[in-house]
Amino acid sequence: MDHYTPESPQPRGLQMARSMCWHCQSAVTGEYFCERCVKVQPVSKETDHFTCLGFPRRLTLDPKKLEAKFYELSRTFHPDFYQTKSPAEQTISLGNAAVLNTAYRTLRDPIQRAEYLLALETGSVKDIRTSPPAELFEEILELQDTLEEFRSSDRDSQEGRELRAVLETEQRGLEQRRQEMEAQLHQLFTDWDQLQDRGEATSPAREERDRLLKHMRDLLSNRTYVTSIVNDLAATIA
Amino acid sequence: MTRIVGIDLGTTNSLIAFMKEGRPHVVPDGNGRTMVPSVVALTDNGLIVGDSAKEHLTRNPERTVYSVKRFMGKGLADVQNELAYFPYALTETGGVIRIRLGEKSYSPPQISAMVLKELKRRAEAYLGESLSKAVITVPAYFNDSQRQATKDAGLIAGLEVLRIINEPTAASLAYGLQEKTQGTIAVYDFGGGTFDISILKLKDGIFEVLATNGDTHLGGDDLDRVLVDRFVEEIRERHKIDLSRFPDHMQAVRLESERAKIRLSDDLKTTITIELPDDKGHFTRELTREQLESLAMPVIERTLAPCRMALKDAGLTSQDIDEVVLVGGSTRMPLVRRRVEALFGKAPHCHLNPDEVVALGAAVQADILSGGTTDMLLLDVTPLSLGIETMGGVMSSLIRRNTTIPASAKELFTTYVDGQTGVDIHILQGERELVKDNRSLARFRLKVPPLPAGVPRIEVNFLIDANGILNVTATDMRTGQSQSIEVKPSYGLSDAEVERMIEDSFKFAADDVNARKLIEARLDAEALLRTTEKSLTDAGHLVAADEAEGIRNALSQLATAKDSTVPLTIRARMAELEQAAKHLNVVMLDDSLKKNLQGKKASQIT
Repeated sequence: MDHYTPESPQPRGLQMARSMCWHCQSAVTGEYFCERCVKVQPVSKETDHFTCLGFPRRLTLDPKKLEAKFYELSRTFHPDFYQTKSPAEQTISLGNAAVLNTAYRTLRDPIQRAEYLLALETGSVKDIRTSPPAELFEEILELQDTLEEFRSSDRDSQEGRELRAVLETEQRGLEQRRQEMEAQLHQLFTDWDQLQDRGEATSPAREERDRLLKHMRDLLSNRTYVTSIVNDLAATIA
Repeated sequence: MTRIVGIDLGTTNSLIAFMKEGRPHVVPDGNGRTMVPSVVALTDNGLIVGDSAKEHLTRNPERTVYSVKRFMGKGLADVQNELAYFPYALTETGGVIRIRLGEKSYSPPQISAMVLKELKRRAEAYLGESLSKAVITVPAYFNDSQRQATKDAGLIAGLEVLRIINEPTAASLAYGLQEKTQGTIAVYDFGGGTFDISILKLKDGIFEVLATNGDTHLGGDDLDRVLVDRFVEEIRERHKIDLSRFPDHMQAVRLESERAKIRLSDDLKTTITIELPDDKGHFTRELTREQLESLAMPVIERTLAPCRMALKDAGLTSQDIDEVVLVGGSTRMPLVRRRVEALFGKAPHCHLNPDEVVALGAAVQADILSGGTTDMLLLDVTPLSLGIETMGGVMSSLIRRNTTIPASAKELFTTYVDGQTGVDIHILQGERELVKDNRSLARFRLKVPPLPAGVPRIEVNFLIDANGILNVTATDMRTGQSQSIEVKPSYGLSDAEVERMIEDSFKFAADDVNARKLIEARLDAEALLRTTEKSLTDAGHLVAADEAEGIRNALSQLATAKDSTVPLTIRARMAELEQAAKHLNVVMLDDSLKKNLQGKKASQIT
């Protein structure tokens, strides 16, 4: 997978919680520390995770660069380094470190990162449905029946062994399906990043954007669904 | 800059360490011993702690508390199945276990505070300065209540606890400082009462915990118990004695089992000797390492599932682990080392003293907090998922286990009924679906302005700080006003109770000082009585009769005063006796000089 590499250092553009330094009241402009009194400034809870870590809204991020940035910001914000500072600064560092940790946790996992971007671009991520995908509907219903049969059967009987074999084949099939979905998702991630990099504001570009987001949403919810079925299957036949 | 010390408050032993010239050091006592047994005994002369208290385990089992760490942040129901193993009396008040010692009851944090005070006293004497700030370690798998109880213990001991840190991660700091390693390490920490496994990534001075798991009720104590159970059974068969009815003998069996276990880490066989009650002689038996291992195997197997779980949560396999670090006294057992080696496929690292490495790491963390060390940073995780109770008794997870701390989550609450003025919130910790299978941490009532249903919007922020301790705040989203919340802990001391215990502790501190002065005065008085009586017998004839009579008088006065509880009274009588016997001493000295000189030539006297 290609990773997005920023050509030049990204402008920080951090959204701070206040426009004035809480301590000396001078203007702050998206820096972590006040230019005048060098006190740490609170990061706004509304700052999105990409901005927080200084990355653009892209879906193929280099995990090494992400980690390096996370470590750098941890050294900036971690409460361990504020123990000798005032209580106000300690509270700010605690809040900032919590925001940073959430951002990194979300962005380091490609799937969570995509779900998060979808939420940012289109609204609530809770729209991801949990009903079976249409093309899998019949198959899943049948699988649920088999699972029921297996649960009520004697595991060591001939019937139990046959049912287990059926379920194991199903599990392999679904796992393969999930891998295909992930491969498709990664292709969509690359498409999304290329579209964003072109930065066109034309109407076809907007349509392409909506198409990609919708496709991603469907794949993500199907993947979530298939994953929970696979986990359920694995737990039952284990 | 005030010094911050690092403390390993262990189940069996505790240590205190400090940083000097960029290296951590453990504080030794006068005999070079670094470990203070985590034992508190109530004696006729008051409460004593450490090595001297350990001697009371068999002499005075009902009034000698050990392994109190097992009870931190717990209710009585949590420890029901092991009550039989403890000779001291346990009760419960307000969701907190209390330990009965003589006339009084103590909470586990109070007992731990006595151990902490002993460590503090020892370090103050060694460093020649007073100490008020500390980093204290806890098992990584400790929940919120257990961490809070540890913090309370520090407060009661007069220490500001700047940070609670996890034992395996503390060990990794000491290890990282010494070995300068980069890569992925697993810290296998098997102590006296708890087991932890932590998987960390070490890179450019950052110690990032990827996953942790463990069992806060699994340690060397459990190994001793399988031996105790076996020996008690054999004594029942061979001698028809039910030893469990004799608390002092049970303690003796426990201590003998512990010693035998330790010996078998070096030797292949050892002999157990246990004195039987009522002068029925001794129970003797040989125990081989093989026998110990077959008894210990089920206990040690229980450490492996958490290891596999931690690897899975970290998204790693055992091949990804570059180094395995052993911590805790129980890792000295060859069987433990073999099982760990088999699991991770590589020989564990054991160059560091497994007893001291946690305290050393705590001192390193203390140095980071005081600004001394700036190139190392520990990014730890919360070991257990945090959530709240939702409809139908189900736990809804807000912060998942193994999330890097500080971690926060927010939840928006509203009302279902017009004019509703409160929402009850129940906070939980654990990995299970149902509320009843998880640990209840606390409850609180959110105050809501009386408005039509669904209109109020109160945002509650759950923040797990760098100590792994939960802080809850609430904001009314309509007004932006923040609301103070009184959280009632399910298994912990209330703030008021801790406050009172701190006061008591200062009060007792005065009592303690008095007790110590009294003991010293009595000892000095006894010594003075003995020497003066001897002088009077040997040289009484050298002084006038009335003078001898005066000395005899002062002697009997001091003998009576010795039983006083006021040290000053004893000292006053001692001064009187010294005064009365002053002339006698001078005469005695002259006399012995004269005897020495007899028969010597003047030239020999220089």
